Amino acid sequence: MNKPIPTSADGLSRVDGRAKVTGAAKYSAEYNQPNMAYAVLVGSTITKGTIATIDTKLAAKAPGVLAVLTYLNSPKVPGHIPTKAQKPGAKSGPLKVFYDNKILYNGHPIAMVVADTFERAQYAASLVKATYNKQAHDTKPPKDLSRGVGAWGGKDFTRGTVDAWKTAPIKLEQEYIHPSEIHNPMELHAIIARWDAPDKLTVWDKTQGTQATRDDIAKAFKLKKEDVQVNSQFVGGAFGSALQVWPHEVAAILGAKVVKRPVKLVLSRPDMFTSVGYRPYTWQKIGIGATADGKLVGITHEAVGQTSTFEDFAEGPINTSKGLYAVPNVTTRYKLLSLDVNTPTWMRGPGEATGAFALESALDELSYALKMDPIDLRLKNYAKVDPDNNKQYSSKYLDEAYAMGAERIGWENRKAEAGTTIQNGWLVGYGMGGGMFGAYRDVAVARAIMKADGTLTIQTAVSDIGPGTGTAMVLIAANKMGIDPGKIKFEMGDSALPLAPMQGGSATTSAVGSAVHDACTVLKEKFQQLMGNGGTDNPDYVKILKEKNLPSLEVLTKSQPGPDNEKYSMQSWSVHFVKVLVHPTTGVIKVDKVVCVADSGKIISPKTARSQVVGGAIGGIGMALMEEAIIDHRYGRFVNNNFADYHVPVNADIPQIEALFVNKPDPYINPIGAKGMGEIALIGMAAAVANAVYNATGKRVRDLPITPDKLI
Amino acid sequence: MSDKKPIISPDSEGISNGTRRDFIKQSSVLTAVALTPGTVVHAASDHMDEQIAAVFEKMPLKMEVNGKPHSLQVEPRSTLLDILREQLDLTGTKKGCDHGQCGACTVHVDGHRVNSCLTLGVMVNGKRITTIEGLAKGEELHPMQEAFLKHDGFQCGYCTPGQIMSAVACIREGHANSEGEIREYMSGNICRCGAYPNIVNAIQEVKAGGQAV
Repeated sequence: MNKPIPTSADGLSRVDGRAKVTGAAKYSAEYNQPNMAYAVLVGSTITKGTIATIDTKLAAKAPGVLAVLTYLNSPKVPGHIPTKAQKPGAKSGPLKVFYDNKILYNGHPIAMVVADTFERAQYAASLVKATYNKQAHDTKPPKDLSRGVGAWGGKDFTRGTVDAWKTAPIKLEQEYIHPSEIHNPMELHAIIARWDAPDKLTVWDKTQGTQATRDDIAKAFKLKKEDVQVNSQFVGGAFGSALQVWPHEVAAILGAKVVKRPVKLVLSRPDMFTSVGYRPYTWQKIGIGATADGKLVGITHEAVGQTSTFEDFAEGPINTSKGLYAVPNVTTRYKLLSLDVNTPTWMRGPGEATGAFALESALDELSYALKMDPIDLRLKNYAKVDPDNNKQYSSKYLDEAYAMGAERIGWENRKAEAGTTIQNGWLVGYGMGGGMFGAYRDVAVARAIMKADGTLTIQTAVSDIGPGTGTAMVLIAANKMGIDPGKIKFEMGDSALPLAPMQGGSATTSAVGSAVHDACTVLKEKFQQLMGNGGTDNPDYVKILKEKNLPSLEVLTKSQPGPDNEKYSMQSWSVHFVKVLVHPTTGVIKVDKVVCVADSGKIISPKTARSQVVGGAIGGIGMALMEEAIIDHRYGRFVNNNFADYHVPVNADIPQIEALFVNKPDPYINPIGAKGMGEIALIGMAAAVANAVYNATGKRVRDLPITPDKLI
Repeated sequence: MSDKKPIISPDSEGISNGTRRDFIKQSSVLTAVALTPGTVVHAASDHMDEQIAAVFEKMPLKMEVNGKPHSLQVEPRSTLLDILREQLDLTGTKKGCDHGQCGACTVHVDGHRVNSCLTLGVMVNGKRITTIEGLAKGEELHPMQEAFLKHDGFQCGYCTPGQIMSAVACIREGHANSEGEIREYMSGNICRCGAYPNIVNAIQEVKAGGQAV
């Protein structure tokens, strides 16, 4: 071993870093337009029922107010935002804003004030008063399978024998709770909408996919795709919250139509809890059994996630139990419970992060029952082929990752018996947890233009929510072309640029990186052809353009998955190791040391990759120890809808974190050998923390977050 | 002006309810100021009244932002954050919560860090404001900006201006003497991407370098 541990200073700095540290980077709300107006939403104060009366007179007469939209006077949206997460027709689908008098959840937008300044719009919004016909609501989350309805057609899944874990000599069954978690990116969701003509629209919008947003807006407003321009140059975090078009975006576009001016709408932080999705509250039960020597006999994983009454959102909490270990018998039951809440959505490691908390906690519990080291238990059940479909893995080095992480955390210092180590008055515990997530590749197109001055421009429509996509793309291009990264300009975040998928599912580098790689390959070949004689490995691009009297040379290249992407099972893998200190009297938990190891194929951009893994681990610490969106069920309303009451990790909560990579290219997934990283950086981390807390205290907390009151 | 006609609910046309429009028509203050009351009445019927009233509701604000003097008329309720972003187009200072809970809006007022979202514009009359746009000397980055770049003290970049302004103040205040102290005194700036360890590394490097911040 003894590989050098990467530091935060190693590798190429972000290509957009200078813009970010100088304040020059502009996010969606920051493209102020001439004659721009400001919109502020008004949310319902009840949870279910209908609007009886809505009084907008005072608001309409307030200074600077240009319009007050409600269901009574709003222009109707001619189409609908397409649903992404359910079978069509099952429910009414994404919320139609200002559509009728129905209230479907607390905070449901009932009005929007548009005024000439933000302050005036905000004040006037406070003057809108509604009365309601209230109906009894239900926001209470699932606590067993009973009230859930089967997701995805409702079928349970079985491999081998149903509930075989019950026949095992060593077995346990436990319930795990994951509360609702809010993405809460630092940038508030924002949109500026400008109608350039009655059938032509430009928006500056926070989105993880400029073209997906363009397509959905075009469908909703029945416009031609080419008449909708979506700009999302910089995105201030999203973690899944910007993967779809939300009601506030539609509202702003409507507002701009009504007042015939560009309209800016920025959600408030409380709005962020009710307007842009969340990770759903999920109840889980795991039954797991093994032979006395630790060979898994069976796993049964049941889960019920909450969704809204108007839209089903299903994810894969049970997937991890199907694929993480070589277990012959797996049963999963996954249901959705419809509540009077807003619809959840994908959040970093969607489904798998929730599921991995339960499964990796259960594995840990089983290891104590077996008196077996948790790593040994995992190695004993190491899957060499995908147990779900018997396909070969395209690459899997999780065993190496276990070894690397164990060495760096000092796993040999872990005591097999929980609650036995005290140092300086603090209980000490070690824990680990693993994660997996499908490694995907989608179709993407890139344009590469070599100019006479020797600069290369790469264009794709992709958004970059923070992982460092631009930096990775520049490095791919620089390597392929054999030029300095400083000579490469990466243009993105514009729906008019070449095809790119949404930035989600950890697939951007795989998809867009392949397109950039392929475009540069073709471009280089073109130069080699121009040179004749088969060319050389490193053409002098400037010289050739000059000789041929060309101002530039450009290619547009489509890149897509091939047969290997079907032939092999493609997964990214991670393992997290955590050392915690727990104060025996107060229950205060300090995360003392973290080591994360990712098997995500070839590492393209070491500096940003490291940061991405560190960031995922910190998200996992939040999930484990702090984050919980709390509804007062008497009113159906969030009580902690701000950063003072909804706790996320702050600097003082976080130690130095080591992020290590196996860094072996995947030979099959794509031409660059890179697998995804964003999701696995988080998946398994919460269990690692929970397992370390158990090792320290002997107390198993199965309902997140693990707050001190649960330990004393 | 027809574009600006308020859209109101169907039953509200013609109902008078003591808004400013009525205030303007009746105001003795305005009558005293306005030399041609007839014009004002005419203006009121043309919806000019609000624009006239808006002038009287504003307060003067003189402040220096990044070395440049500004003389503005602002509403008393306007925050320094919104004035910077919406009136001066200095959008480097970010809005993350508007409630002083996240630190994204951190600027320096006379050299000290403050949350500009909790600061009314009128409170900084006569003061010297530095925002992220004013930290570099032309093309030459401030050492803290360099250190954030080198140590990757950010991902999405949205909290970054606030982090950097806070980090500079953290050193100036003498609160950057250990890793633990830096973490504590940087905990008013939330980073959801999770760049905290890198931010701490950047601050430690600047502190150790001993450059003037």
